[in-house]
This record gives sequence, C-alpha cells and structure tokens, in this order.
Amino acid sequence: MENMLEVKNLKVSFDTHNGEVQAVRGVNFNLKKGETLAIVGESGSGKSVTTKALMRLLPKPHGYIKEGEILFEGMDLVKQSNKQMQKLRGKDISMIFQDPMTSLNPTMKVGNQIMESLIKHQKMSRGQAKKRAIELLHLVQIPNPELRVNQFPHQFSGGMRQRVVIAIALACNPKVLIADEPTTALDVTIQAEILDLMKDIQKEMDTSIIFITHDLGVVANVADRVAVMYAGKIVEIGSVDDVFYNPKHPYTWGLLGSMPTLDSEEAELFAIPGTPPDLLNPPEGDAFSSRNQFALEIDFKEEPPMFQVSETHFAATWLLHEYAPNIEPPASVKKRMRGIASTASGPKGDEQ
Amino acid sequence: MARYIMQRIFYLLITLFLIATISFFLMKLLPGTPLTAEDKLSEEQREIILEKYGLNDPEPIQYVNYLGRLVQGDLGISFQFDNRGVTQILMNRIGPSAQLGVQALVIGTILGILLGLLAAINHTGFLDYGSTFVAVMGKSIPSFVFAGLLQYFVGVKLGWLPVALWDGFEYSILPSIALMIFPLATAARFTRTEMLEVLGSDYITTARAKGVNELGVVFKHGLRNALIPLVTIIGPLAVSLMTGTLVIEQIFAVPGLGEQFVSSVMTNDFPVIMGTTLLFAFLFVVIILIIDLLYGVIDPRIRLAGGDK
Ligand SMILES: Nc1ncnc2c1ncn2[C@@H]1O[C@H](COP(=O)(O)OP(=O)(O)OP(=O)(O)O)[C@@H](O)[C@H]1O
Ligand SMILES: [Mg+2]
Repeated sequence: MENMLEVKNLKVSFDTHNGEVQAVRGVNFNLKKGETLAIVGESGSGKSVTTKALMRLLPKPHGYIKEGEILFEGMDLVKQSNKQMQKLRGKDISMIFQDPMTSLNPTMKVGNQIMESLIKHQKMSRGQAKKRAIELLHLVQIPNPELRVNQFPHQFSGGMRQRVVIAIALACNPKVLIADEPTTALDVTIQAEILDLMKDIQKEMDTSIIFITHDLGVVANVADRVAVMYAGKIVEIGSVDDVFYNPKHPYTWGLLGSMPTLDSEEAELFAIPGTPPDLLNPPEGDAFSSRNQFALEIDFKEEPPMFQVSETHFAATWLLHEYAPNIEPPASVKKRMRGIASTASGPKGDEQ
Repeated sequence: MARYIMQRIFYLLITLFLIATISFFLMKLLPGTPLTAEDKLSEEQREIILEKYGLNDPEPIQYVNYLGRLVQGDLGISFQFDNRGVTQILMNRIGPSAQLGVQALVIGTILGILLGLLAAINHTGFLDYGSTFVAVMGKSIPSFVFAGLLQYFVGVKLGWLPVALWDGFEYSILPSIALMIFPLATAARFTRTEMLEVLGSDYITTARAKGVNELGVVFKHGLRNALIPLVTIIGPLAVSLMTGTLVIEQIFAVPGLGEQFVSSVMTNDFPVIMGTTLLFAFLFVVIILIIDLLYGVIDPRIRLAGGDK
C-alpha cells in the first residue's frame, strides 16, 4: 500500500520563559492509504503537538518544528510556505478536535462554516456549496439538514456539533483525517455513534486517519495500527494485534495494565509509578527508565534504538537487545490483554 | 420581542420619574435661591418674583405642580433668561453637544477598534506596545489636559484650527479630538484583550485547519466575536462622553448643553438644571436600551433566547 504520510525524525519545541520545551523529540511513523493509526500515551506525551505540527498549526511564534520531515505524498510539508499550507489544509488534510462545544464559531451559521472550505478549495458557488453542505449534514446523519444548515452552533447538542465538525473536516474529501480525541468530551452512547460514523465514512471515502485517544478500547475498535508515545517519542508501534497481544515496551505494559476492562474481576488497576519527565531537561538515557521497574543499567545511560520485533512491530527498549535478560510482562498485564481482546472482538466481529 | 420592548419602556419611564423626583428635592436642598446673586433687588421685588415663579408655595405643592407640567412636556421657565422656556433653551443647545458627542464616540470607537486589532495581531510586537502606550496615556490623562495641549499646539502654535467658539465644522474638530481620546483608549484596550482571547480559541484553530487565510481568520471569524462584548461598553462610554462635554464645552466655549449646565449651576437656575439633568438621564436610559436591543441583533445566541420568550 502506498504511504500517504511519512514522518521522519520530527522534533517540535516550544520556547517558554523557562527555556526550550522539547515536546516532540524525534518521531518516525508512516500512514498508509485507507488505514487508521491510533496514537496513545499519557497526557503531555506529545500526541496533539505531533498532529498540530503535521498541519503546521503550532501556536506561533513560540512553537516550531525544529527538525525533521513530514512527507505528504512525497512533498515535505515542513518546507511549504504558509500559502501552500492554506491550500492543503481542509482539502488534503483535515482535523477534528476534542471539544465540539468550543470548536465551532458561535456567531456563524453551521452551513456557512461547512461551505467555507468548499468555496475556497473547490471553487464552488455559494449555491452549490450550500447544496453540498446539506448533503454533508445528511452524511453525518443530522436530521432535517435543510433546516439545520441555517442554524447556529448553540442550537445543536454536543454530539450533533461533533457531527458538524466531522462534516466540516470531510467537506473536501481529505486524504488524511486527524482526529484528536474526537469522542472524549461526549457521553458513552454518543461516543459509540460517532465512532461508527467515522468508520462508515472511512470505508466509503478510503480516508487515512490518525486517531488520538486515551481509550484503548476505542483503539481496539477502530485502529489498524497503534503508536505508543512517551515523553515526545514513539516507544512502540505496530498493528493492534502486535501491541495488544505481544507488547514489548514496559511503558506499553503499564498502559495496558492500567486500563479497566469489562470482565476484570479484581478492582485493583496497575498504575505506572512516578510522573513523566520534564521536557525542559529530558533525562539521559531512556526517558522512561526512572519509572520502569524492569530498567536495565544501560537504560539510564543510553537511549534505546528502535528494535524490530516483526515485520510490522517495533519497540524502543533495551529489553529487546540480544544480551538483555528475558523479561515477561507482569501477570496482571497479561490478564488485561486478554480482557481488552475480548472487549474489542465484539465490534470488530460485526464488521466481518 | 414587542412585549420585551414595552416592558423596557415602562421601566425607562419609572427611572425618569425617580430621577425627576430626586433632582427636584436635591435642588431644594441647595443653599440660596435664584435671586441670591441679585443684590440690587429690593425686598418687595424679591417677593414678587418668588411669588411669580411659585417659589413661595410649600415644597410638596411645588413638586406636584412641577410633575404636572413635566407630564405635559413642559420643563418650566428659566430664571436666568426671563420668559424663555427651558425646553426651548435646551433645544437650542443640544445641537453642538450632540455633534461633538457623536463625532467623538463614533470616530473614537472605530479608531480604538483598529488600534486594538493591530495590537492583537502584532501581539508582543512593536504595534502592540505602541498601542498599549497610547491607550494607557488616553485613559490616565484627563481630557481637559488634552484640550489645553490641543488648543496651544494645534490652535495657537500651528494655527491650523480655531482655538475655541462654534462657527462651523472646523470648530468642532479640536473639542471632538479631546473628547474622543477616552473612548479611543478604552475601545483599544478592550478590543485587544477580546481579540487575543478569541484568536486563542478553538474555533479559530478550526478555521485555520480549514485553510482559511489569516485575513479571513481575523476579520471573518475573529472580529465579530471580539466585538460583541464591545457593545456592552458603548453605553458607559457614551455616558462618560456626556459628562466629558461639561468640561470640554466650557474649555472650548462651545454653546452646548454642558456649557449651559455649568452656567445654570452658577446662577442657581433650577428649571434649567433639572431640565438638563432629565435630558441627560433620558439620553442615558435610551442609549442603554438601544445597546441592549443591538446586542440581541448581533449575537445569535441572545437573539434566539429573546425570540423564544
Ligand atoms: N503552547 C505550548 N507552549 C508550551 N508548551 C506546550 C504548548 N503546547 C504543548 N506544550 C507541551 O508539549 C507537551 C506535549 O503536549 P500535548 O498537548 O501534545 O500532549 P498530549 O499528548 O496531546 O496530551 P493530552 O493527552 O493531555 O492531550 C506537553 O508537555 C506540553 O507542556
Ligand atoms: Mg492532546
């Protein structure tokens, strides 16, 4: 399959009063046509910053791409002018945000907000754009789209607004859709509806999706591949099966262990001890070493490279080095892995 | 909506009634009579005049008479200019004041918005600090200081514009500028703050993510949202201009309401004082009402709430 997006050694920093915050410290991944890549990781691990950098929407002037390449269909987005990026945004790459209550302009009619990118990118007349906006509202399953198109955001519920945001993002059939926790702010039933909607639309349009979430159940439900981020780096990446059934990085073990599952009898969850490192002065060696109960001596001195586990599966931990002792994930984590697998099998089974 | 407006007009009348009452009794508390300054009058002449204007009646009677005339739109007769109705005096005076007030408010607010906008777009840049400086100066230096400076430099030194008096548009320029500094500074600070907040909000990121260019982001998505709250300070600004005219008209010898008011206070001309007070109060409540209605027009969230009820 062809690569829509190739991210190579991406580094993003923020200049703050206290110095340079290295929010993203060398991220590599690619995104194939029509696939969904989930990015998971603790708060502050750099998920949002990575995706904002892809769209070159970092807050100016203190946030900037320090190094690296973002190849979109072979074209390096890091080197594009602002004008060229404006042509790309909303047309080739779109974004859905976390909070539907604040991500729509409160004083602009919903229809106009959808029409804006149609008029800009597809050179439609207002009449054509309005027709298309109604179709899009219909596509995202908003009842009475002819009426709704003339309403303002405050006349919509949270779930409805997120559908509008999705309609805006999909207006020009983007090749890449970035969804930054699109369901976190919604209640559980609405969450499921929005996820189903996104899956349907993806199938129809063959869009590539980057999906950021904290919910590993959602990952199992929607993603083809998963990238686990920690302190501005991807520490493990692979197919959902690779990462959920055969996790290699102790941080991934921690994440899986800390996730509640439907059929876990014991109340006690595995919590990762300590706090993430200070990105103003990232520690020497593996950034996770101080919280890692399985850390080796070398973890405190040298950063591990990406070790290849299988054709699709990579992890950055010294445990995969040929001289490393053979360490298995803790039993409680193994148990959870099975639990997550069973929650995931329901929705996945439906699709077949 | 119509019901809402009727209700507001009803409250407006009550407010005016209260102000008329309060100003009437405050007048009575003032020391002296309109004749205090006239020491050439004999005791008898005084009696005749007090009798003629009903000033010998008990105060409750005076009050009822006053209200009765007020309801008919009669503000009474001036003591100072014999036999001229207060209404007529105020009518002659309102023109220059209104012109100064409107010029200062409209131009000052527009310039302030532009200045605030530039500051927000150029956040922490040269323009931002420049406009902050202008705004702080404008808010902290009283308008009569500006008036004096303008008269001296532009009027006397450069001789570009008349120093004082009222005889055509060019006479209104300096007093308007002196008056507009405050609304300009206030609007600039306010617009800057609001705009910075709006530009940092999520829907602006959404707009950028759609590929909207910077101009569109600022004007199409930003400005309207930033200006809605500005409407709320226009009312208080207009009021501050009304009080500003008291001083500025005096300095520039503009024959407006403010100057009339000050000279009436000097001569204890009760009917004119009360008439001017009532007129100011009336303008004030009407402006507030208009602003409230305007707010509903430009903010769709409020429009709906009003429409439902
Ligand atoms: N505007 C900013 N200025 C300075 N530092 C920032 C800024 N935005 C993000 N950061 C830093 O970048 C790091 C990564 O933030 P990011 O928002 O990408 O986290 P995240 O993984 O998306 O977390 P969450 O799950 O909470 O959304 C954080 O340590 C944060 O402090
Ligand atoms: Mg985030």
